[in-house]
Amino acid sequence: MIHKKDDQNSLSVAITGSGGAGVITAGNMLLEAAARAGLYGLFMRSSGPQIRGGEAAAMIRLATHPLDAPGEIFDILIAIDWHNIDRFAIELPLSPDSLVIADPSQGAVPDVITASGARVVELPLKDMAKATPKVRANMIALGAVASLIGLPGDVVDGILEKVLKKRAADALESSRTGIALGGQAATQFEFTRPLEMPPPSTQKRWMISGNEAAGMGAVRGGVRFVAAYPITPATEVLEWLSPNLKKVGGALVQAEDELASINMIIGASYGGTPSLTATSGPGLALMLESIGLAVASEVPIVIVDVMRGGPSTGIPTKSEQSDLNIAVFGLHGDAPHIVVAPTTVGDCLFTTQWAVHLAEALQVPTIVLSDQLLGQTRATIDEPADPGFVSERSVAAAGIADYHRYALGDGGVSPMAIPGGAGGQYTADGLEHNETGNPSSQVADHISQSDKRSDKISGYDYGDHWAEIEGEGELAVITWGSTTGVTREALKVLAQKGHNVRLIAPRLLAPARPELMAKALKGVSRALVLELSHSAQFYHYLKGYFDLPCPVASYCRSGPLPYRAAELVTRIENWSAS
Amino acid sequence: MSTTIETIEELLAHVQVMEREAYECYLDLAEQMEVHNNHEVAELFNKLAEDEKKHLSYVEKRVGDSDIPHIAPWDLKNFDDSGVNMAGAREVHYMMVPYHALKLALRAEEKAVAFFAGVVSSSNNQDVRKLAAEFEKEEQHHIELINEWLGKVVRPEDDWAEDPDPPVQPT
Amino acid sequence: MNVEAAPPALNARDYKSDVKPVWCPGCGDYSVLSSVTKALAELALPPEDVAVISGIGCSSRIPAYLNTYGFHGVHGRATALATGLKLSRPDLTVLITGGDGDGFSIGGNHFLHACRRNVDMTYIVMDNRVYGMTKGQPSPTTEPDWDSALAPGGTGLRPFNPLVIALASGANFIARTFAGDPNGTARVIAQAIKHPGFSFIEVLSPCITFRPDQREWKTKAHAAPVDATEDIGRAAKRLMTDDGFTTGILYIGDREPFALDDSIVAKGPADIETQFLV
Repeated sequence: MIHKKDDQNSLSVAITGSGGAGVITAGNMLLEAAARAGLYGLFMRSSGPQIRGGEAAAMIRLATHPLDAPGEIFDILIAIDWHNIDRFAIELPLSPDSLVIADPSQGAVPDVITASGARVVELPLKDMAKATPKVRANMIALGAVASLIGLPGDVVDGILEKVLKKRAADALESSRTGIALGGQAATQFEFTRPLEMPPPSTQKRWMISGNEAAGMGAVRGGVRFVAAYPITPATEVLEWLSPNLKKVGGALVQAEDELASINMIIGASYGGTPSLTATSGPGLALMLESIGLAVASEVPIVIVDVMRGGPSTGIPTKSEQSDLNIAVFGLHGDAPHIVVAPTTVGDCLFTTQWAVHLAEALQVPTIVLSDQLLGQTRATIDEPADPGFVSERSVAAAGIADYHRYALGDGGVSPMAIPGGAGGQYTADGLEHNETGNPSSQVADHISQSDKRSDKISGYDYGDHWAEIEGEGELAVITWGSTTGVTREALKVLAQKGHNVRLIAPRLLAPARPELMAKALKGVSRALVLELSHSAQFYHYLKGYFDLPCPVASYCRSGPLPYRAAELVTRIENWSAS
Repeated sequence: MSTTIETIEELLAHVQVMEREAYECYLDLAEQMEVHNNHEVAELFNKLAEDEKKHLSYVEKRVGDSDIPHIAPWDLKNFDDSGVNMAGAREVHYMMVPYHALKLALRAEEKAVAFFAGVVSSSNNQDVRKLAAEFEKEEQHHIELINEWLGKVVRPEDDWAEDPDPPVQPT
Repeated sequence: MNVEAAPPALNARDYKSDVKPVWCPGCGDYSVLSSVTKALAELALPPEDVAVISGIGCSSRIPAYLNTYGFHGVHGRATALATGLKLSRPDLTVLITGGDGDGFSIGGNHFLHACRRNVDMTYIVMDNRVYGMTKGQPSPTTEPDWDSALAPGGTGLRPFNPLVIALASGANFIARTFAGDPNGTARVIAQAIKHPGFSFIEVLSPCITFRPDQREWKTKAHAAPVDATEDIGRAAKRLMTDDGFTTGILYIGDREPFALDDSIVAKGPADIETQFLV
């Protein structure tokens, strides 16, 4: 059977199951085995609200080129059972080209699955597992999938060894058996591989999640103190940082709440250590007052906000791009600060590292707007080069006479005395102050210090990193964050159809750079703003703060479903025809 | 530990601490008055500070290069239960008048007198008693000066502390 | 009497900055400022090695009046800010200063956890049983029948007992002093700084403007008739039945202070990147 696909050279597999079936483990192994075989991949997951034993779906997309977005249709769906599948059936789009492998002992295949017209075949996973001691259904499923898609046996085996080497010896043996059983059984199914294994290459690749990448970026940037308060979906940033910071001489401390964690990192940074915390929307809301303190007292800090569905408690396990407003506008008073947003899983590393650099160089809080889609997706990417951004805080020399912490001049960045340095003593203050740091309510001081805080970040040269600008065309799509990847895919499809559309995805969201955006839109007659926000936050931000040289329209919707390329292709086509 | 002072060095050490404390206290009070726009009393406290500075300089000259023990402020000995000399000096008011300031100074001097009298009556060292008696006499003289001064200043009105404006909230 | 080899290098006055305090004359905080400078001078701590962290309120203005490093932060969060500083810079002497509202109302949660964490810092709360800076509202330590605009006739609420809370939460040194005894307060502050772990001092510091009734504190404050106890049960009983005016060091604990296992000494990231390699 030949597949008709918009995205050539990629394939998508879903493994579903519940109650301790281990589909996530299987999915992870599949991604890693594919990576060793030379494929790029993305691994996303969806689960029910139970802490354990709930229904889960492992969704893997593989390709011979780097991937930024989920695929359209799943080529293979293998279900260990059908419990509560309704919960995420919408995330498992199928077509008549799809192959559904079902266990007959789990009952009829649900209508929501068969309605797609997918081809259904049977594999008695449960019985097969029961027949051999210690063999688990998820390994049989993995073996079946690996065989169907053509993963070399030794690669899969290598992953088993790696993952199971710490377990009992028979765990490895029984898993091998499971893989073999699945692989053997799958040979009976007709399936045309959309993807050939690539030739061997020396390209070094990483397997990493967006949350881990943010942590790694922080470490590369020089962060050595983190205060943590757990919150879905940011907790993994903190969990990764805890042991890894220690290895590089840093430390992570758990705080009693977000109000404490933000203040702890202000204290540590005041003491001279580049510091960071990670949270999600509700936590960022709590931290705002103190972020303002860091703006006023000019203390560098980085806050990673892994956005989730809002408002309020919202949908903690799903993604949305609806914290833009609070990140940019949430501080009371005129409180200029920096907001950046990574565009892909790999970009979480670059952007967080850049954020540390910016925060330290400009002595200002920097918010990194990541989201659940980036944070909790594992991707196989090319080994990222180190862009070399490190902390370069301007520190006052010890023993200088007549030190003024908030001295004017030098583009607004004044050297910061570090406690312990004789002669540099000053009191950092949220109160408005004069150059010495003494509280002042004088007009001239408020104006000059406001100018200082604003000029230092608006006068800085952010270079080309401020945005990803790709392609030519008199039509442009402007987007940001995790919507960038799927937009890129959509534009590729459009390009194949002969429509050239420019992509503009700012990485630097604040301070606004109207002149750079105008330059990016040169020659563009119309632009469409894409975002995952019910109230079109980004569109309104652009309209309010940028001189847009052409008419701009908005396409937006809320989460929790991420965009897929086909949806955007249709939208862009409709808009461009209108 | 019985409360006595048995060496000249210890006595001088005490006097040095007490004079320094008095000097700095009057300076602080003068500053408080200045900040609160009570310049008349600020001037008075500054004058008192100047006087204490002279006493302090005298004591320091007296000490010279000799080795006197260091006494932590909380280790000062005193001979009655009323606390060391400047303890009551926090009882001030932004609208106080010179009369109040002089009363405050008077109380401080009275405590100083009590201190030296205590040394005189309890020390077993003749030289110490002699020196303490000298200081006591000097302090008595200060009391006389302050009383004289008090005689010249206006008694406060009943409504000396009345401020028609309510407090403001600065932050 | 302390006979030391050499007197401290700096006078108490050397620890004061040029900034003139704006507290009402007669405010107990002037005494506390003086006590802090005396304690630092006696301990001969170089001013650049001391950091004073505060929140919001009259007493929180103290850092600007000292010649040390300081941070005048937001309302209620000074203990958290100080924790981040001290953990990452164990070489510094960290003091936290503030009032009863800042520390026990909005700052209540952080107070609990600061005592629990037992990081080596000293927290001085100037308790005047009122929100002075905002013109006189009841605070968590205000008497239940104290009349005010926001709570006419009094709150009717039982006052918070910070010393008992500190003991129950794990503070390692608990004391109360009276601002009317600046030298006694200075002695306790010096002891508190020397004692490892989280030291908590409640200084009864009268507010002359909004609590003129606190003039009577000078007759009510009295020294504890016994020495500090190291027995937590005995301390609990004493503090629970205390009249609120007993001064002195009341409890000395021996909990190990919390600190990071190793000092933060930044090393390069290269060897942790291999974990991601396929």
